Amino acid sequence: MLRLPAFELREPRSLAEAVALLSEHGESAQLLAGGTDLVPNMKHELFTPKVVIALAGVPELHGVRVEPDGTLVLGALTTLDALAADARVRARAPALAQAASLVAGPQLRRMGTLGGNVMLDTRCQWYNQTYFWRSALGFCLKKDGTVCHVVAGGANCVAAASNDTAPALMSLDARLVLHGPAGRQELPIEELYTADGIHNKRVRGAILAEVRVPPVPEGHRGAYGKLRERGSIDFPLLGIAARLDLSPAGEVRAAALCAVALQARPLRLRKAVQPLLGQRTGTPGLAAAIDAAAELAHKQCHPLDNVPGEAEYRREMVPVYVRRTLRAALDGSGPVHHV
Amino acid sequence: MSARDVHGPAPPWSEGFRVVGRAQRKIDGLAKATGAALYTDDLVLPGMLHAKILRSTQAHARIRAIDAAAALALPGVHAVVTGRDMPVKYGVIPWTPDENALALDKVRFVGDEVAAVAAVDEDTANAALKLIRVDYEPLRAFLDPEEALATPEPQIHEQTPEQKAKEPRGNVSKHVRLEFGEVDAALAGSDVAVEGDYEFHGTTHTPIEPHCALAQYGADGVLTVWSSTQITHYVQKALARVLGLPEARVRVIQPCLGGAFGGKSDPFALEFVVAKLAMLTGRPVKCLWTREEVFYAHRGRHPMKLRYRTAAKRDGTLTAVDARILIDGGSYSSFGLVTTYYSGQLLTGPYHFPTYRFDSTRVFTNKPPCGPKRGHGSVQPRFAFEVQLDELAEKLGLDPLELRRRNFQGEHVKTVNGQRVTSNGFLQCLEAVERASRWKERRGRLGRGRGLGLAGSMYISGTNYPVYPNPMPQAGVQLKLDRSGLVTVFTGGNDIGQGSNTIARTIVAEELGLDPADVRVVAADTDLCPVDLGAYSSRVTFMVGNALIDACRKARAKLVTALAENWKVAPERIAFALGRATDRADPARSLDMRAVLQLAEARFDTLGETGAYNTPQLGGDYRGGTIGASPAYSFTAHVVEVTVDEETGRITVENCWIAHDCGRALNPMLVAGQIEGSAYMGIAEALLEDHGVNRFGLHRGPSLLDYRIPTSLDTPELHALIVESLDPEGPYGAKEAGEGPLHPSIPAISNAVHDAVGVRLRRLPFTPARVLAELRAARAEPRGARAAVLSAGGGEAC
Repeated sequence: MLRLPAFELREPRSLAEAVALLSEHGESAQLLAGGTDLVPNMKHELFTPKVVIALAGVPELHGVRVEPDGTLVLGALTTLDALAADARVRARAPALAQAASLVAGPQLRRMGTLGGNVMLDTRCQWYNQTYFWRSALGFCLKKDGTVCHVVAGGANCVAAASNDTAPALMSLDARLVLHGPAGRQELPIEELYTADGIHNKRVRGAILAEVRVPPVPEGHRGAYGKLRERGSIDFPLLGIAARLDLSPAGEVRAAALCAVALQARPLRLRKAVQPLLGQRTGTPGLAAAIDAAAELAHKQCHPLDNVPGEAEYRREMVPVYVRRTLRAALDGSGPVHHV
Repeated sequence: MSARDVHGPAPPWSEGFRVVGRAQRKIDGLAKATGAALYTDDLVLPGMLHAKILRSTQAHARIRAIDAAAALALPGVHAVVTGRDMPVKYGVIPWTPDENALALDKVRFVGDEVAAVAAVDEDTANAALKLIRVDYEPLRAFLDPEEALATPEPQIHEQTPEQKAKEPRGNVSKHVRLEFGEVDAALAGSDVAVEGDYEFHGTTHTPIEPHCALAQYGADGVLTVWSSTQITHYVQKALARVLGLPEARVRVIQPCLGGAFGGKSDPFALEFVVAKLAMLTGRPVKCLWTREEVFYAHRGRHPMKLRYRTAAKRDGTLTAVDARILIDGGSYSSFGLVTTYYSGQLLTGPYHFPTYRFDSTRVFTNKPPCGPKRGHGSVQPRFAFEVQLDELAEKLGLDPLELRRRNFQGEHVKTVNGQRVTSNGFLQCLEAVERASRWKERRGRLGRGRGLGLAGSMYISGTNYPVYPNPMPQAGVQLKLDRSGLVTVFTGGNDIGQGSNTIARTIVAEELGLDPADVRVVAADTDLCPVDLGAYSSRVTFMVGNALIDACRKARAKLVTALAENWKVAPERIAFALGRATDRADPARSLDMRAVLQLAEARFDTLGETGAYNTPQLGGDYRGGTIGASPAYSFTAHVVEVTVDEETGRITVENCWIAHDCGRALNPMLVAGQIEGSAYMGIAEALLEDHGVNRFGLHRGPSLLDYRIPTSLDTPELHALIVESLDPEGPYGAKEAGEGPLHPSIPAISNAVHDAVGVRLRRLPFTPARVLAELRAARAEPRGARAAVLSAGGGEAC
């Protein structure tokens, strides 16, 4: 099997200690949460850290709680499996629970964490390969090379955000709490991601401690739709998170659609939700608005040949998954997945 | 000659079978399930070094120079070898030796082996590989078989000027054209004909155990190689040839093996590399491939482009079949000569072909080498032909099942290409799937988006052509019987998970009346076991089984004689079953089989027997007529039920009914397992798997993440239906079950999709994007017209 390159393992026992270790070692260190993505990436020599800082022993990163105002606080080390099964998460953030339930396969969800998924490296068929393979290619823009193989002559890396939880958290207006040498920092998840596929996170050198999901109204509905080849294991070829907040009378007061696996940044589809606002459940108007939202989403989403699936097919699936995910949010039948 | 004895499908004793025909646990099942089984990589020898192989980064290049000085200087490195250390060419087929253990002067695909290092551990060996400098002179690389066919130079396998002057072959690996009867005349005189192009992509085996080999070179000059191979005998011969050792000084052992499916039936670079490095260093050397390397080793299903014409009379009687096939062989010959013949020779059943022609050309390309994968050479033509049969049925207005029934070739017939067909349970297979799937009531009536599809096939139970011609038995066995009550079987047969060792135990326990637990099997060790040619072409149960019956009958005669003399009764009165001997005339009189073995050992001295099997002379009287000639053929019919999501293009197989004529199920549990596993693999090839290279010639995704085999969630309900036709030549009537049941899965899905949504899928794999494209074409809509269709039905209230 592929060998894991040698590294020094550090196991801090507090958040302060972890932050200190990270500032001491800087770019030569990598944080290890569940390891389900980092370890294969290290075997592929995409990351060759001198120091690996394992976070499992940091108590501040564990636990799920609900604050008095209804804010859901999710420790970064909450496993995806635990997240998907948590009754509080399922009730308050159905799209997130559904997204977590579709990450990878059952074994990986028991190890993989929410924090790890939020901070997941972007993916590309020319990048997520062994060192030998990449050397035969002559490497690529994202790692060790100068040429993009997705976009001929492209100067920017277009590796795709592939984290299922990111669009779900965006649809919920989640906020991230990070700890770095400068102390605690809180920012909306949307502001974390940039369009640069090489490193699509704006924040570096800090540790994601918790994810805060603001309270949702009584009539909150959410769902996640995931396109992938198999019924398990595979990364998304397309991910759609849908949110509809309904008034007691069934009127759409607020709506969100967010997409992943298109480009380096998970996308919020602002225009696409406009037709939904003000529509009422059980009316032809809402059904037509869903179709209109699907068409607007199709206009806005342009997948590239970054992840293995055919870009043209993935684009064709945008309206289908938008429509199905919105309907699933309404009738509570999510997630949208082929098995 | 006893080797060719036909034992008949029934037991010669009156009580019937006591072990055969019943579910028996696999002999190594518990060891595998508990982790106690020892695979090659579990073996560790004192002082053992680890080898790693440097692979080509070029698709096609000449090697100008290799500089390994820095690698050799790295502390912990014991030796480096290159092609120059092992210049003798080899190949599993003796007529096409075109492989070197390590590239001699050129590389032919990205991943081709160039050099190898032995070091104290894998990390040191990997570090050393990065220090080896190879100077390549790139050559034009061929990734497309049409281009390779049309372009004679540069040759991927260069001919000498003399060879070229005599018979220039460009990049053609093998060409076969055979015609049986007057095809053109038959076509002209037919009432109806269909013609079409089909395309089969590449797929690979993905055994869960990566290839591994360990070598030790003893002070006595004996080389021992433990290897995850399915052909110990051929590996022994190849090692002797390349390393210049007498065959008698080479011992090859196959430890417990984690799947093969044809992907371990060539000699591989790592076997030569560990052997050579062990000889050079005087230390044991092991090499375990990574998953990525298994994808480069490949030897999987050949991509094929197939053109078929099938003609018939108005009543559906076939009159002519005409095929033209282009086979993408990848970079080496492997079994390619056989593949090229098989692509045509194995199609002539279960239907009667009055006339038949095929013209198959295998070309070299700069891609991982193709070879034999479960259903070698015949899965691709079967796909094309069975889809075309449905097209013919549609044109004739016939039920596809009825068309197949009308063209059934019958039992004990000779095919148009001269193959002898003995037992043939295809009609029973058709009936079984017809009944189980409720074909008559449900086909064409499941509503839009759901459908049923059918396909049939046949396959070989071994062939009468060993890869090197010789008059010796194809399967030999030895028995040791002793006073402890234990009987040990020694067989060269390779148990690769198909359960051949379990079958050996079953047969011996049946024949000698033993408790199966008192039979042990020593297999696939060339020092200990008589020669068997290996696990390929679905031959082990058939041939080793017959050899075992041969040996057991001799042993049984001695046991009967010894006991009859002791009891002073006629030998006819002696019965053996499940560990006890009884007197048929006086059932109260019985004896433990251990005591019987002791009586026999006292009467005849130390007990042991050999047994052998060789096929009769078979096949057509023409060049290549013996390739594909089998002592018995298995037959299969599938009905598949699919749903098609017309918005996403995704096909879901809901049910797969597989009726397989295996002659006799010696162990129904193993037969059902083979049927299910075969169908699983076929469905995987149809819907998910795709083994190919990208525009640079790099494998598209040499990992189990990117090469997608179905998970349990992606696997439909598989209904195994066993049909027993009791073949006159198979052991107790048994035929193969491990490869045949794969074939119809793929065309049956295409035919079911047609029933569901009215489009014909002629090109594999059946990806959602392809299905959408076909649906679009059927509506004759331009690509941009998607939105209107997708919105259909969207007007309902939510």
